[in-house]
Amino acid sequence: MLLKMYDKIYDTDIGYSFFNSKLAVISSTIFFIILFCSVFAGIVAPYNPFDPASVSLMDAFTPPVWSEGGSFSFILGTDQQGRDMFSTMIYGSRISLIVGFASIIFAMILGVFLGITAGYIGGRYEIIVMRLTDVQLTIPSILMALLVDGIARAIISQSMHDEMAIYVLIFAIGISEWPQFARVSRASTLVEKNKEYVSASRIIGLSNILIMFKHILPNILRPILVIATIGLALAIITESTLSFLGVGVPPTTPSLGTLIRFGNNFLFSGEWWITFFPAIFLIVLALSINLLGDWMRDALNPKLKKR
Amino acid sequence: MIVVAFVSFSLFNFVGDPVNSMTGEDASDERRAEVRDVLGLNDPVYVQFSRFLGNVIQGDFGISYQLKREVSDLIAERMPATLELVFVSALIAIISGVILGVYTGIHRDSFISNIILVISLAGVSLPTFIIGIMLIYLFSVILGVLPSFGRGEVTQLGFWTTGFLTTSGLKALILPSVTLSLFQMTYVIRLVRAEMMEILQTDYIKFAKARGIKRSAINYKHALKNGLIPVITITGINIGTLIAFSIITETVFQWPGMGSLFIKAVYFVDIPIMSAYMIMVAFIFVMINFIVDITYYFIDPRIRLKEEGS
Repeated sequence: MLLKMYDKIYDTDIGYSFFNSKLAVISSTIFFIILFCSVFAGIVAPYNPFDPASVSLMDAFTPPVWSEGGSFSFILGTDQQGRDMFSTMIYGSRISLIVGFASIIFAMILGVFLGITAGYIGGRYEIIVMRLTDVQLTIPSILMALLVDGIARAIISQSMHDEMAIYVLIFAIGISEWPQFARVSRASTLVEKNKEYVSASRIIGLSNILIMFKHILPNILRPILVIATIGLALAIITESTLSFLGVGVPPTTPSLGTLIRFGNNFLFSGEWWITFFPAIFLIVLALSINLLGDWMRDALNPKLKKR
Repeated sequence: MIVVAFVSFSLFNFVGDPVNSMTGEDASDERRAEVRDVLGLNDPVYVQFSRFLGNVIQGDFGISYQLKREVSDLIAERMPATLELVFVSALIAIISGVILGVYTGIHRDSFISNIILVISLAGVSLPTFIIGIMLIYLFSVILGVLPSFGRGEVTQLGFWTTGFLTTSGLKALILPSVTLSLFQMTYVIRLVRAEMMEILQTDYIKFAKARGIKRSAINYKHALKNGLIPVITITGINIGTLIAFSIITETVFQWPGMGSLFIKAVYFVDIPIMSAYMIMVAFIFVMINFIVDITYYFIDPRIRLKEEGS
């Protein structure tokens, strides 16, 4: 059964190019391992770092197992509160991935909606939307996210903020990344708009909304997916950067960036592993998604395939 | 500019209650009213906006809620640090980017250029703050040769404090500026490489080769000159990015610049500083675009000729 499915996927164009690209196979394997670990963090991680009962301050600053003083119960060592680094990282990657996915989905919905409607309706509305994306594309996304985060901090009171932090972060990163989606989906909509199936559905009297989202949307999904993949890596990096700067998720639920920030304080006293492992983990995660996105761009681009 | 000014004004005005953050939770009602009056929050909105604009043009951004000091003073104090950092790292990015880009463009498939390209790919995927931490660990903790934070000794030149004149200032500048420039450098490398590869195929280069002009003269005098135009555009746009990323670099290296001021402002909801920073950055963006347009005029004779002709 599984073999049959494999054969079937292998026979498609995309499947073929996937299994023939070593980088794509490796990077997607890594990505899915990380994804699996973070989804089933409760099972995979040897400890629950947020359960006070399992954490003991006595174990704080245990180095990784291969250096002097390390123990097998904490393979990658422990941090300043005696939490197992490996478990903390897995739980941290869970938060990083949640924020990354959620913000990219938010950006996608917003951008694609504005892009399709701008391309389809045209006129003054299109000009306004496109001018908006142009303006926002000149502002670096990290600055945008910081600003949104700062404004949100001002609106929401301090005590509420810790609970809301994750949503604020998702919103901030999503807002900073939507123009890419709007641009691409508008450009593709402009192409699709003049095709026969759109005219046909207009003639049989379908509503504009139905045409836009049921008929045009599925046809422009490919380039959007490519941007979403690369955007996911960017969103994860932005999230960790914001958390590193201390304006991201609250320290009670650390993401990878927060972990790196904590560890940074101990760099000089020799506890390098607290920063080092989350940093490596983040790099591997971002790199594997980026490589996957690169492959997708090549595989889904019909222009490149013909050559 | 005016749009940005308006946005930051509305930030100023409608977001949060500055009276609350200035007086604290347990201030009496009379005290609150007094502060409100001093800040002029009782006037109608358009009066406030025009006063805001007038103040901004005079360089007065109000008083920081958190630090209780003039925002313009705070920014003037910190601006030299950031501008020096951005300037040096832009310089590093352009010079090394152009050199490496030309090299990889000419020796297309050599071993060294492949290594350079792989490193530049890593530079794109690595978050800036991780590069910073790694550099700190390598050069300050393990080797102990470079300082990891601050600006070192600075010299006061009128209102401008500079780190260029002392050894410790220069040493302190190395790590942050390299960190900041790496990301930009990778872009410049790729761009110059693509440009060089394209230009080396053109007819005038072939003609120059046929005339027997020296290889190095062709590469650097004839080809590079034409390849530089898009580089200028990109660097111009990217200086804005550099300023944004300097926020991160300044935090990692505890560099006393505008970026770290801004981060603290975000952290403590210090709206005057935030809006002032926004206006400053917008101003710098506009200025850079202007400067880039002017440089075109000097570098590309075609644009000059077209204008004189018309």
